[in-house]
Amino acid sequence: MNIIKDQTDRSLNIALEGRLDTTTAPQLETELKQSIGDRAELNLDFAKLEYISSAGLRVLLAAQKLMNRQGKMVIRNVNDVISEVFEVTGFSDILTIE
Amino acid sequence: MKELTIDATIENAAAVTAFVDGQLEQLGCPAKTQMKVDIAIDELFGNIANYAYTPGIGAVTVRVEVTDDPPAVAITFIDRGVPYDPLAKEDPDITLSAKDRQIGGLGIYMVKKMMDDITYEYKDGQNILKIRKEIW
Repeated sequence: MNIIKDQTDRSLNIALEGRLDTTTAPQLETELKQSIGDRAELNLDFAKLEYISSAGLRVLLAAQKLMNRQGKMVIRNVNDVISEVFEVTGFSDILTIE
Repeated sequence: MKELTIDATIENAAAVTAFVDGQLEQLGCPAKTQMKVDIAIDELFGNIANYAYTPGIGAVTVRVEVTDDPPAVAITFIDRGVPYDPLAKEDPDITLSAKDRQIGGLGIYMVKKMMDDITYEYKDGQNILKIRKEIW
Protein backbone atom coordinates (compact mmCIF):
# COMPACT_ATOMS: atom_id res chain seq x y z
CA MET A 1 0.00 0.00 0.00
CA ASN A 2 1.15 3.52 -0.78
CA ILE A 3 0.33 6.50 1.43
CA ILE A 4 0.36 9.90 -0.28
CA LYS A 5 0.35 12.75 2.20
CA ASP A 6 -0.33 16.44 1.81
CA GLN A 7 -0.69 18.69 4.84
CA THR A 8 -1.33 22.24 5.94
CA ASP A 9 -1.40 23.75 9.44
CA ARG A 10 -5.08 22.95 9.64
CA SER A 11 -5.58 19.78 7.60
CA LEU A 12 -4.03 16.43 6.82
CA ASN A 13 -4.92 14.89 3.46
CA ILE A 14 -4.06 11.26 2.87
CA ALA A 15 -4.61 9.25 -0.32
CA LEU A 16 -4.25 5.46 -0.09
CA GLU A 17 -3.31 3.17 -2.97
CA GLY A 18 -3.58 -0.62 -2.81
CA ARG A 19 -5.04 -2.70 0.01
CA LEU A 20 -5.71 -1.72 3.62
CA ASP A 21 -5.38 -5.08 5.36
CA THR A 22 -3.60 -6.98 8.14
CA THR A 23 -0.22 -6.36 6.53
CA THR A 24 -0.62 -2.67 5.67
CA ALA A 25 -2.96 -1.27 8.36
CA PRO A 26 -0.05 -0.70 10.81
CA GLN A 27 1.56 1.63 8.18
CA LEU A 28 -1.52 3.88 8.17
CA GLU A 29 -1.77 3.76 11.96
CA THR A 30 1.86 4.91 12.29
CA GLU A 31 1.44 7.65 9.66
CA LEU A 32 -1.67 9.05 11.37
CA LYS A 33 -0.04 9.01 14.81
CA GLN A 34 2.99 10.88 13.48
CA SER A 35 1.18 13.41 11.31
CA ILE A 36 -2.22 14.32 12.71
CA GLY A 37 -1.04 16.44 15.68
CA ASP A 38 -3.82 18.87 16.61
CA ARG A 39 -5.10 19.35 13.04
CA ALA A 40 -8.86 19.84 12.84
CA GLU A 41 -9.39 18.16 9.46
CA LEU A 42 -8.48 14.70 8.27
CA ASN A 43 -9.36 13.96 4.63
CA LEU A 44 -8.93 10.42 3.32
CA ASP A 45 -9.02 9.75 -0.42
CA PHE A 46 -9.82 6.11 -1.30
CA ALA A 47 -9.96 6.54 -5.11
CA LYS A 48 -7.07 4.11 -5.58
CA LEU A 49 -7.81 1.85 -2.62
CA GLU A 50 -8.98 -1.65 -3.65
CA TYR A 51 -10.40 -2.97 -0.38
CA ILE A 52 -10.38 -2.83 3.42
CA SER A 53 -10.38 -5.69 5.92
CA SER A 54 -11.19 -5.48 9.64
CA ALA A 55 -7.56 -4.56 10.43
CA GLY A 56 -8.11 -1.40 8.34
CA LEU A 57 -11.49 -0.73 9.98
CA ARG A 58 -9.78 -0.77 13.38
CA VAL A 59 -7.44 2.05 12.30
CA LEU A 60 -10.30 4.05 10.73
CA LEU A 61 -12.36 3.70 13.93
CA ALA A 62 -9.47 4.97 16.09
CA ALA A 63 -8.98 7.91 13.69
CA GLN A 64 -12.71 8.71 13.73
CA LYS A 65 -12.77 8.69 17.55
CA LEU A 66 -9.80 11.08 17.66
CA MET A 67 -11.29 13.42 15.04
CA ASN A 68 -14.66 13.42 16.85
CA ARG A 69 -12.76 15.13 19.68
CA GLN A 70 -10.63 17.56 17.69
CA GLY A 71 -12.39 18.28 14.39
CA LYS A 72 -13.73 16.18 11.54
CA MET A 73 -12.77 13.29 9.30
CA VAL A 74 -14.11 12.80 5.78
CA ILE A 75 -13.60 9.80 3.45
CA ARG A 76 -14.01 10.33 -0.29
CA ASN A 77 -14.11 8.21 -3.50
CA VAL A 78 -15.11 4.89 -1.95
CA ASN A 79 -15.51 1.97 -4.43
CA ASP A 80 -18.36 -0.58 -4.40
CA VAL A 81 -16.56 -3.26 -2.39
CA ILE A 82 -15.39 -0.82 0.30
CA SER A 83 -18.88 0.67 0.39
CA GLU A 84 -20.27 -2.84 1.02
CA VAL A 85 -17.72 -3.39 3.82
CA PHE A 86 -18.89 -0.14 5.46
CA GLU A 87 -22.56 -1.15 5.05
CA VAL A 88 -22.34 -4.69 6.45
CA THR A 89 -20.28 -3.57 9.45
CA GLY A 90 -22.43 -0.53 10.27
CA PHE A 91 -19.40 1.72 9.70
CA SER A 92 -21.45 3.73 7.21
CA ASP A 93 -23.31 5.14 10.26
CA ILE A 94 -20.10 6.06 12.09
CA LEU A 95 -18.00 7.49 9.27
CA THR A 96 -18.57 10.56 7.09
CA ILE A 97 -18.41 9.37 3.47
CA GLU A 98 -18.78 11.87 0.63
CA MET B 1 -7.73 -28.75 -6.72
CA LYS B 2 -4.60 -26.83 -5.80
CA GLU B 3 -2.89 -26.51 -2.44
CA LEU B 4 -0.33 -24.20 -0.88
CA THR B 5 1.32 -25.08 2.43
CA ILE B 6 3.10 -22.16 4.03
CA ASP B 7 4.14 -20.85 7.47
CA ALA B 8 1.23 -19.11 9.16
CA THR B 9 2.79 -15.66 9.53
CA ILE B 10 1.41 -12.22 8.69
CA GLU B 11 4.30 -11.73 6.24
CA ASN B 12 2.90 -14.63 4.18
CA ALA B 13 -0.61 -13.15 3.83
CA ALA B 14 0.31 -11.53 0.50
CA ALA B 15 1.67 -14.84 -0.87
CA VAL B 16 -1.56 -16.66 0.04
CA THR B 17 -3.65 -13.91 -1.57
CA ALA B 18 -1.52 -14.08 -4.72
CA PHE B 19 -1.89 -17.90 -4.84
CA VAL B 20 -5.70 -17.71 -4.69
CA ASP B 21 -5.95 -14.66 -6.99
CA GLY B 22 -3.91 -16.49 -9.63
CA GLN B 23 -6.55 -19.22 -9.79
CA LEU B 24 -9.49 -16.81 -9.70
CA GLU B 25 -7.99 -14.91 -12.65
CA GLN B 26 -7.79 -18.13 -14.67
CA LEU B 27 -11.52 -18.59 -14.09
CA GLY B 28 -12.31 -15.09 -15.36
CA CYS B 29 -13.59 -14.17 -11.91
CA PRO B 30 -14.98 -10.58 -11.73
CA ALA B 31 -12.81 -8.10 -9.81
CA LYS B 32 -15.51 -7.47 -7.19
CA THR B 33 -15.80 -11.17 -6.32
CA GLN B 34 -12.03 -11.46 -6.17
CA MET B 35 -11.73 -8.51 -3.78
CA LYS B 36 -14.35 -10.03 -1.45
CA VAL B 37 -12.48 -13.33 -1.46
CA ASP B 38 -9.24 -11.42 -0.76
CA ILE B 39 -10.87 -9.74 2.25
CA ALA B 40 -12.00 -13.17 3.54
CA ILE B 41 -8.43 -14.51 3.12
CA ASP B 42 -7.02 -11.57 5.06
CA GLU B 43 -9.44 -12.16 7.93
CA LEU B 44 -9.09 -15.96 8.12
CA PHE B 45 -5.38 -16.34 7.36
CA GLY B 46 -4.70 -13.31 9.58
CA ASN B 47 -6.49 -14.99 12.51
CA ILE B 48 -4.52 -18.21 12.03
CA ALA B 49 -1.23 -16.28 11.75
CA ASN B 50 -1.97 -14.30 14.91
CA TYR B 51 -3.43 -16.98 17.15
CA ALA B 52 -3.09 -20.59 15.99
CA TYR B 53 0.49 -21.30 17.03
CA THR B 54 1.32 -18.45 19.41
CA PRO B 55 4.06 -18.07 20.48
CA GLY B 56 5.58 -20.50 17.93
CA ILE B 57 5.22 -20.80 14.17
CA GLY B 58 3.37 -23.56 12.34
CA ALA B 59 2.09 -24.34 8.90
CA VAL B 60 -1.24 -23.72 7.25
CA THR B 61 -2.51 -25.43 4.12
CA VAL B 62 -4.69 -23.39 1.78
CA ARG B 63 -6.72 -25.52 -0.63
CA VAL B 64 -8.58 -24.02 -3.59
CA GLU B 65 -11.32 -26.02 -5.30
CA VAL B 66 -13.49 -24.94 -8.20
CA THR B 67 -17.00 -26.27 -8.88
CA ASP B 68 -19.07 -25.81 -12.02
CA ASP B 69 -22.73 -25.69 -11.29
CA PRO B 70 -23.05 -22.91 -10.31
CA PRO B 71 -19.48 -21.65 -10.91
CA ALA B 72 -18.00 -21.27 -7.44
CA VAL B 73 -14.73 -21.39 -5.58
CA ALA B 74 -14.15 -23.10 -2.23
CA ILE B 75 -11.12 -22.23 -0.12
CA THR B 76 -10.14 -24.38 2.85
CA PHE B 77 -7.67 -23.34 5.57
CA ILE B 78 -6.18 -26.23 7.52
CA ASP B 79 -3.91 -25.74 10.54
CA ARG B 80 -2.72 -27.86 13.49
CA GLY B 81 -2.79 -25.05 16.02
CA VAL B 82 -5.00 -24.64 19.08
CA PRO B 83 -8.60 -25.70 18.41
CA TYR B 84 -10.59 -22.58 17.55
CA ASP B 85 -14.07 -22.31 16.08
CA PRO B 86 -14.51 -18.73 14.82
CA LEU B 87 -18.19 -19.42 14.13
CA ALA B 88 -18.91 -20.05 17.82
CA LYS B 89 -18.48 -16.35 18.53
CA GLU B 90 -21.56 -14.16 18.83
CA ASP B 91 -22.03 -11.56 16.08
CA PRO B 92 -20.90 -8.05 17.09
CA ASP B 93 -23.41 -5.23 17.64
CA ILE B 94 -22.97 -3.16 14.49
CA THR B 95 -25.38 -0.41 15.59
CA LEU B 96 -23.19 1.08 18.35
CA SER B 97 -21.70 4.59 18.08
CA ALA B 98 -17.98 5.12 17.40
CA LYS B 99 -17.37 5.68 21.10
CA ASP B 100 -18.86 2.33 22.15
CA ARG B 101 -17.64 0.26 19.20
CA GLN B 102 -15.59 -2.88 19.76
CA ILE B 103 -13.60 -4.18 16.81
CA GLY B 104 -13.41 -7.81 17.99
CA GLY B 105 -15.44 -10.26 15.95
CA LEU B 106 -15.93 -7.86 13.06
CA GLY B 107 -13.61 -9.74 10.69
CA ILE B 108 -15.39 -13.09 10.90
CA TYR B 109 -18.75 -11.27 10.72
CA MET B 110 -17.67 -9.64 7.44
CA VAL B 111 -16.65 -13.04 6.06
CA LYS B 112 -20.06 -14.49 6.98
CA LYS B 113 -21.82 -11.62 5.21
CA MET B 114 -19.63 -11.53 2.09
CA MET B 115 -19.21 -15.27 1.39
CA ASP B 116 -22.02 -17.66 0.39
CA ASP B 117 -21.07 -20.29 2.96
CA ILE B 118 -18.62 -20.85 5.81
CA THR B 119 -18.10 -24.07 7.78
CA TYR B 120 -15.74 -25.18 10.54
CA GLU B 121 -14.76 -28.58 11.88
CA TYR B 122 -12.02 -29.88 14.16
CA LYS B 123 -10.82 -33.25 12.97
CA ASP B 124 -7.68 -35.35 13.55
CA GLY B 125 -6.02 -32.48 15.40
CA GLN B 126 -6.75 -30.00 12.62
CA ASN B 127 -8.80 -26.83 12.40
CA ILE B 128 -10.59 -27.03 9.04
CA LEU B 129 -12.25 -23.80 7.99
CA LYS B 130 -13.92 -23.63 4.60
CA ILE B 131 -15.48 -20.74 2.70
CA ARG B 132 -17.42 -20.87 -0.56
CA LYS B 133 -18.21 -18.05 -2.95
CA GLU B 134 -20.16 -18.13 -6.19
CA ILE B 135 -18.20 -16.42 -8.90
CA TRP B 136 -20.99 -14.52 -10.67
